[in-house]
Amino acid sequence: MAETANQGAGKEASAFLFEREESLTADTFIRGLWKENPVFVMLLGMCPTLAVTNSTLNALGMGLSTTFVLIFSGALVSSLRNWIPKQVRIASYIVIIATFVTLVDYLIQAISLELYAALGAFIQLIVVNCIILGRAEAYASKQRLLPTIVNSLGTGVGFTLALLSLGTVRELLGSGSILGVQLFSDNFQGWVIMMLPPGGFFVLGTWLLFFNWLRLRKQHPAPSGATVHAR
Amino acid sequence: MNADVQTQPPPAATPAWLMLRTLVVIAVISGLLVVVAYQTTLPLIADKQRILTERLVFQVLPGAATKRDFVVTAERHLEPASAGVVGDPVYAAYDAAGRLVGLAITGTGAGYAGPVRVMFAYDPGCRCITGSKVLKSNETPGFGDKLDTDPAFLENFKALDASLNAEGTALANAIVTVKHGTKTDPWQIDAITGATVSSRAMGRAANQAAQRAIPAIQRELATLSQPN
Amino acid sequence: MVKDIEIRSSPHLKRKMTVDRIMRSVVLALMPISAFAVWQFGLSALLLLVTTTGVAVLTEWFFARQSGQGNTIGDWSAVITGLLLGLTLPPGFPLWMAAVAAFVAIALGKALFGGLGYNVMNPALVGRAFVQAAFPVAITTWTPAFAPGRFVELIPSTLTLPFMQPVPVADWVAGLNLDGWTGATPLAMQKFQHLEAPLTDAFTGLIAGSAGETSALLILLCGLWLAWRRMLDWRIPVSVLAGAALTALPFWLLDPHLYPSPGFVLCSGGLMLAAWFMASDMVASPVTAKGAILYGLFIGVLTVVIRLFGGLPEGVMYAILLGNAVGPLISSWTQPRVYGSK
Repeated sequence: MAETANQGAGKEASAFLFEREESLTADTFIRGLWKENPVFVMLLGMCPTLAVTNSTLNALGMGLSTTFVLIFSGALVSSLRNWIPKQVRIASYIVIIATFVTLVDYLIQAISLELYAALGAFIQLIVVNCIILGRAEAYASKQRLLPTIVNSLGTGVGFTLALLSLGTVRELLGSGSILGVQLFSDNFQGWVIMMLPPGGFFVLGTWLLFFNWLRLRKQHPAPSGATVHAR
Repeated sequence: MNADVQTQPPPAATPAWLMLRTLVVIAVISGLLVVVAYQTTLPLIADKQRILTERLVFQVLPGAATKRDFVVTAERHLEPASAGVVGDPVYAAYDAAGRLVGLAITGTGAGYAGPVRVMFAYDPGCRCITGSKVLKSNETPGFGDKLDTDPAFLENFKALDASLNAEGTALANAIVTVKHGTKTDPWQIDAITGATVSSRAMGRAANQAAQRAIPAIQRELATLSQPN
Repeated sequence: MVKDIEIRSSPHLKRKMTVDRIMRSVVLALMPISAFAVWQFGLSALLLLVTTTGVAVLTEWFFARQSGQGNTIGDWSAVITGLLLGLTLPPGFPLWMAAVAAFVAIALGKALFGGLGYNVMNPALVGRAFVQAAFPVAITTWTPAFAPGRFVELIPSTLTLPFMQPVPVADWVAGLNLDGWTGATPLAMQKFQHLEAPLTDAFTGLIAGSAGETSALLILLCGLWLAWRRMLDWRIPVSVLAGAALTALPFWLLDPHLYPSPGFVLCSGGLMLAAWFMASDMVASPVTAKGAILYGLFIGVLTVVIRLFGGLPEGVMYAILLGNAVGPLISSWTQPRVYGSK
């Protein structure tokens, strides 16, 4: 009982607007992984989530790129937060985010042209990923540098984990491999649908179903009726 | 005057120069970062691109050890690739002894889901296409991506006739894709069953590449064959 | 008998037309079609139908129990979904893929929406659309009808190991020494080679195709029986077939070599089965009389448009799914005017 009350209060406090500066705690990091997971809870950044998770490597590449942009743009926004007047803040944030996306774009090309070709236009589209602008507006613009970096890292890792959970399932069913390593015999029948965008929708839906089921079960540990005899 | 308007607090007075200063400072930071990143990664990226192209060319032309880059210009002239010359790339590949192994040419054809870009190997000796490698395609996985793997389909590109007409201006017979099992002539491509559209894209790419590059190549064959 | 007195507003006199009564009749109507499929394609077709029906019923049982609806197997609707799904698959379809299709049909097509009465689309077709997208090669691999040993041996691809590629059937088919077998259904042959199979064969079903879609005659008879018993809305199948025939007619008149005749359009592929048993799905089709006709025509026209101009030889599955999607809209357009109002 007390726990649920605390959870409720925590939700209130961690809602988008912070009035006061937050002190650095473990929750600053962990929040992004689970309670405020950008994909599974906030349902943000759906475009890369559905489009580039057809293999584990693509998911990892996209997740890490986004994390990079999150951390650096968050850090710069936070350092400049007292200098940026309210009227020009969106313009400033977008320029800052676009800068780091451009850096990532060059970096990925320098690291691997194959990955760059696989991720395609979605690297450039990180600019308009609402997770990043959301973090800048809701957190970085009001918080000190260190908590911002930690919080951005948490959100980025949460995003990466979410993409990976889609990417591994889709790669496993779609081509019978993980990170390009074939797990079955050559005779494996790939589920073509998993490599196409509809597969992204199906897998995302299934994960959401699973996480909501977990959350409901946590909130009502022993409901009457159905789940009793199911166990 | 409306009473509601008056009750609202006056907007915070931010001087215009302050906003301008912020935007200018951010633009300068952004510009610096982007330029530095571009300059640092440029040689790395160029290097990767060169290695990738080399690998692809050597893959379609087995036995090649070195290559020289050329460009077919809009006027159908073959010129050595350099910064100012624009056109479709042609790669001449040579073996260890410096003899011409063959040429790699590229072409594009409209597929099921966007353009399919393919590199073909051309052997001036037999005047035929001797290999293929898809560079870029969005074809359906499991169907269209057989273009690079289906053994029966790749058999088409072992010796695909690409001889020129008497004037040497175009192919004697345009390369076409035909329905599976109906190939009769050496310039036809036998389609993959169930992936006819993608197979046709491959045929169009081969025809485009050959029509554009081969007349120029045959004209300049003497220069190309010289060991460098 | 005090129990029989109803103290409610009319109607007081009712026929005992319950959900499970209708569903049982539909299952009964599907029996001759299933039997014909087994006679035509042998043991493999039987196993296919048993698998899809079994998995559909099991999935229904599991989800009904999870959601606390109790036991809903008794309403026979899962059996219909399983049977219809099995009838629309190629006879040599690997059983594990058929099981995936049946699970998706009930889980995604029905249970997630809340079970019988809440499904937006026909569950069997949802399952088939999923495996069509997931295993496009297996679902277009056809085997000949009336293979000599069909009652003692299976089509080799039937017993493929789960998650593995179907066992190739080309050698097995070649071993049968059948004259004129090209591996294509009449529909594919018409589309890609412009060869029309004899209409009588397509009508009576002595051709290759999905397990239960070959005999237009038998399906027509079973459908008419259901319609006569008022267990399906006759307007829907009639307008589907009319829509298809009328769309095909002008093209055929224009160029009979290139385009199929209306008769061939009606008797080939899955149109007949789909029109009588799937488009008429009571939950997913419009409720008004005018709406039913509009909906049927929409499906018929779309089927022929996909067949003639799309990349696939058969379009009735997508036509019905799209028809299901616009069904509620059609219903709300065609609400009858309240008497006396403008």
